[in-house]
Amino acid sequence: MIWGVLQFPGSCDERDALHACALASGEARLIWHEDRDLGGVDAVVVPGGFSYGDYLRAGAIARFSPAMEAVAEFAAAGGPVLGICNGFQVLCEAALLPGALLLNKNKRFTCRQVELLVDGPISPPIGDLSAHRPGVTLSIPAKHGEGRYYAPEEVLDELEARGQVAYRYAPGHNFNGSARDIAGVSNEAGNVVGLMPHPEHAVDPLTGSTDGLRVFEAVAAAGARA
Amino acid sequence: MPRARVLIRPKEGILDPQGKAVERALPALGFEGIEHVRVGRMVELEAEDPERLGELCEKLLANPLIEDYEIQTL
Repeated sequence: MIWGVLQFPGSCDERDALHACALASGEARLIWHEDRDLGGVDAVVVPGGFSYGDYLRAGAIARFSPAMEAVAEFAAAGGPVLGICNGFQVLCEAALLPGALLLNKNKRFTCRQVELLVDGPISPPIGDLSAHRPGVTLSIPAKHGEGRYYAPEEVLDELEARGQVAYRYAPGHNFNGSARDIAGVSNEAGNVVGLMPHPEHAVDPLTGSTDGLRVFEAVAAAGARA
Repeated sequence: MPRARVLIRPKEGILDPQGKAVERALPALGFEGIEHVRVGRMVELEAEDPERLGELCEKLLANPLIEDYEIQTL
């Protein structure tokens, strides 16, 4: 199992993502944003940070990078892709995931631990794992200023009907004002998943919770099957 | 080269916390009777082919899911 973690100018969580990937399964390497070739990796992580300074809109410029063109092809071929925070924003801007992330309702960059409910049913391949059975709660940190999930009402209805809502904030944890408490969504095929909280920061008991590892294990299992 | 200005604003119905914050600050400054403040952004540019600006807005300058845009050629 080989993971590729994208690195844009302004990425800041790619090292933690590398560590989390390696803990989950196999080895992980960085992919520079100018690389058009993903080098045969089995799964891709689009990490958190402030790609290209978040100029214009978060993720708006990163989506046009050569590496993201390669990720779009990888995703279309069924390869598992995990977008975290800024990576989620990039995947939404690239239309690999539905919706958009807006300025937090509280207008603040907020850093806090959140309880996440694994929603269900989630589409395979990333969703059909024990760690991801509906009803499981994950405790992982969130840190962002623009994480208010938005999609038009009819799109939200479709996402719920198709089981594309991957994660929801537990009651009392939706600090950013996301529609229907949505913290993460998948694409229709289920191989591309994005979420605002940071599972890569919750993989070691030293930092309080190892729940984030489950997210990486789910993606690893999908990568092993793809 | 022809100059143009693109105005980008949050779509009607989408909560705009920046606009709300500005609106709430106004009474303290003595500005009464101002409501529905929306904060967007403006891009000024020069374009060889202004006909293509619509495409540019759709693809990059605006996110049509959450923002409306208006192109003004100057």
